[in-house]
Amino acid sequence: MKRSERVEAVPPSGIRRFFELAEEKDEIISLGVGEPDFSAPWAARQAAIDSLERGRTSYTANRGRRDLREAISRHITRYDLDYGPDEEILVTTGVSEAIDVAMRALIDPGDTVAVAQPSYISYVPTVMFAGGEPLPVPTFPEDDFQLTFEALEDAGAAEAEALVFCYPNNPTGAIMDRTSLEAVAEFVRDHDLTVLADEVYAALTYDGDHTSIATLPGMRERTIVFNGFSKAYAMTGMRLGYALGPADAIDALNRVHQYVMLSAPTTAQFAALEALRSSDDEVERMRDQYDRRRQFVLSRFDEIGLDCFEAKGAFYVFPEVPGDDEAFAEDLLQEQDVAVVPGRVFGEGGRGHLRVSYATGLDDLREAMHRLEAFVREQEITL
Amino acid sequence: MDDRRKVLELLRENARYSTEDIARQTGLDAEEVADIIGALEADGVVRGYMAVVNWDELDENHVEAEVELNVELDRETSYREIAQRIAKFPEVSTLRLVSGEYDFVADLEGESMHDISDFVADQIAPIPEVTQTVTHFVMTTYKERGIMLETEDDDERLSISP
Repeated sequence: MKRSERVEAVPPSGIRRFFELAEEKDEIISLGVGEPDFSAPWAARQAAIDSLERGRTSYTANRGRRDLREAISRHITRYDLDYGPDEEILVTTGVSEAIDVAMRALIDPGDTVAVAQPSYISYVPTVMFAGGEPLPVPTFPEDDFQLTFEALEDAGAAEAEALVFCYPNNPTGAIMDRTSLEAVAEFVRDHDLTVLADEVYAALTYDGDHTSIATLPGMRERTIVFNGFSKAYAMTGMRLGYALGPADAIDALNRVHQYVMLSAPTTAQFAALEALRSSDDEVERMRDQYDRRRQFVLSRFDEIGLDCFEAKGAFYVFPEVPGDDEAFAEDLLQEQDVAVVPGRVFGEGGRGHLRVSYATGLDDLREAMHRLEAFVREQEITL
Repeated sequence: MDDRRKVLELLRENARYSTEDIARQTGLDAEEVADIIGALEADGVVRGYMAVVNWDELDENHVEAEVELNVELDRETSYREIAQRIAKFPEVSTLRLVSGEYDFVADLEGESMHDISDFVADQIAPIPEVTQTVTHFVMTTYKERGIMLETEDDDERLSISP
């Protein structure tokens, strides 16, 4: 069948090939997973079950249930964000949908969209599906993978219409401190960019509190903030996220959303409402677990002798490896049955690194790091 | 949480974590962890370390029971004295004074229901202060000391995901 040029222009996900390699092996330990190893809080699951028992299986309002939007509006005050439930919040089918509809609602064909990289793999394709031109902006280990004014300038982002980034970051685990965010905000204001800030890992910040760029002076009116339930509440399969922004922007997102999605999954909305109502302790408990594993993995990389900056968010670390990251990851999988994701699949600046997810129990983490160490030692001998 | 509490928390999760693994998870160095564990033991905070056993996986006879005990105190006898008398039997794995309808609840272990019945009849019931015993044999243990005894579902996540 004829396939559209738009689709043909987007290469298949680099993660896909690795997934297929990993699937060929049994009994691997995977540190390649981009989702929590916990299950959704029981109260949230129970709320979903209750809603089904009561037969609540119809569509909701396009923008999501009013009570859920009210709860989100209250919840986000913890990040000093203030968005009203009626016009400034859109509930979506995961952050993924929110990003897609935002690109389509805000980007014209030919518009340039700067994408901070390494980053989650869907930003570039969604820009392209919207007819925009992605412009990679690299981040560097020497900056702890924070986005900088200089990198934006050097990449030519001044000409872009919009900038998309994700902090705490997948795949690096980097966070943006306030000073670095201020520099980015200055660039964005100077060149009149729209910001798409994916903050889905905001609750998983291990050193101080998460700062949203939308809270900086002059930024609210030019920023869409994305957050959701997948990571903090371990609800990936429920597919529920939301976008926050000025009323005219959210109205534009909703215009796409109402035609392509109608409304986010109803069952998931009930689960999310309960998660916001009662699951702070549960989130904190998971966060503590991640933090311990984070410190464990960072210590082990230090002992193994691979450079790894101190990731302070999400559930990833991003060590440097000698030589080619893809070959390293492939050999590690074949020889030691440990799966990680080569950094290059996340774009500019990812080469020579591995994404190592610590959303895995400590027993498996310990064993995987043991094997990784053995693998590195063996390589050192053959070098 | 202070360092001592952090170490205790990890020991409670898995007492077989090596000192190094506790250090790696807490940002302490191994020597500090060893000192803290030493102090926890010396201070009597940590009283021991034990395996949580799923007896169903062993080809052995093993029976557990919970016994509710009512006692009558007199001027010369305290709960503590009665407790000490009961706790000294190796068959008693746990003994607690509780609020409610009865005074003590004791967890017993033996090789058969018969063993346990005999033990209650011969050793516990005759204690003068014990006025009543109600024995509940354990039929199935699902969770013990925070650990699920049934094997939980496999990880159904995709091995690699973005």
